[in-house]
Amino acid sequence: MSSTTTPGRGPEPLRRVYLDSASGEPLHPAARRALSAALDAAYADPRRLHHTGRAARLVLDNARAATAEALGVRPEEVSFTGSGTEAVHRGLLGLHRGAGRRGTSIVHSAVEHSAVLHAAEWAGAPTRSVAVDATGRLRLDDLDVTDAAVVACQAANHEVGTVQPVTEVAAAISDVPLFVDACASAGRLDLPDGWAAAAASAHKWGGPPGVGILVVRRGARWRDPFPDDERSGERESGFENVPAILAAASALQAVVAERATENARTHALVGWIRRVVGGLENVEVVGDPSDRLPHVVTFSCLYVDGEALVTELDRLGFDVASGSACTASSLEPSHVLAAMGALTHGNVRVSVGRETTDEDVERFLEVLPGAIERLRARL
Amino acid sequence: MLELDCRGLVCPSPVIELARRIGEVEIGGLVGVVATDAAARVDVPAWCRMTGQEYVGAESAEDGVPRYVVRRAV
Repeated sequence: MSSTTTPGRGPEPLRRVYLDSASGEPLHPAARRALSAALDAAYADPRRLHHTGRAARLVLDNARAATAEALGVRPEEVSFTGSGTEAVHRGLLGLHRGAGRRGTSIVHSAVEHSAVLHAAEWAGAPTRSVAVDATGRLRLDDLDVTDAAVVACQAANHEVGTVQPVTEVAAAISDVPLFVDACASAGRLDLPDGWAAAAASAHKWGGPPGVGILVVRRGARWRDPFPDDERSGERESGFENVPAILAAASALQAVVAERATENARTHALVGWIRRVVGGLENVEVVGDPSDRLPHVVTFSCLYVDGEALVTELDRLGFDVASGSACTASSLEPSHVLAAMGALTHGNVRVSVGRETTDEDVERFLEVLPGAIERLRARL
Repeated sequence: MLELDCRGLVCPSPVIELARRIGEVEIGGLVGVVATDAAARVDVPAWCRMTGQEYVGAESAEDGVPRYVVRRAV
């Protein structure tokens, strides 16, 4: 005897809206297909001479060629690392080590990702921070490359989205090598010109996590800053995750192919958020309003604890990030917001991706003012 | 100068205290926010910019804790 059950009508399940693509974009369908196929076909050591090893090598070479084409560089300039952070470390420190007697200092914008700042500190060399304007853009008039071994300037800021004047920086520093952290922009925006080494991160464009891209220009004076690895080239170390690398390359190709329409769509969604949030009382939207990443916006709300706002939005079904550090008084607030002179408390970063819909943004904008007001009333 | 002792308070409390009490001085009068919270160094000047008040600068209280001085402009 068969029976049917009628499910009880419980409360409507909360439909979550993910608005943190700048931290990690959901896996692109092209990456999922490539990953699944490569997990079965490309498990062997790509450095072995046997058939299965050669098959893995072929997959790795194809991924390298596809990545190079999508980024507009040469395949031999592309290396795969275990993360964007590792690519940043190798790129910056390798240029610093390769500088020889050219200079000793590491010069960087004040708003670089902490991976750049920590690598510079680890190098043990003198460092100099270049000021930014109120939008977070590097101020060329504060750029001094006396005794510089290397200059680091991100392609675009990871917190506020402002695009940096990389080409102008490259022209201003002449023959001092330039390192570009392109982790926040790669895939969505073309790499700028004029750099000696650049870094990117696959999970920010819908590839899997755990794949970083290091690009070192042919002819750049770059020396391995880390221990040798006898099994691979000097720019890489360890047994590459070949399936994940292929998935990263497939996602990158797909994202580059889709980006003319996708960038316009996400740029408009962010423009909508900027307009509505900018009209709220005692809320400041930061970063350049137009010359920016298409998918990122940051704003700060006076008299609100940023982490409490993240928690309140989480309760309402929205995943967002914050650059505030109010919970523990020992923590420093976002160095990016501080360098811009922007309010550091009550800070929220919203980032949209290929799965974000108009309705998602509309619902977010509906609940946000109430969330801010509730928190203000509590204090 | 009206001094606000915000030692030990975490953000955004020092700025909330400042907003709550700035009206106690006349226009042109000074308010000093003494705060251990690292965010106050950025947030007091940012609050002044956003609310039309004048940020005068930072100095040290007797115990070395920073004092952020604001002149009431509106």
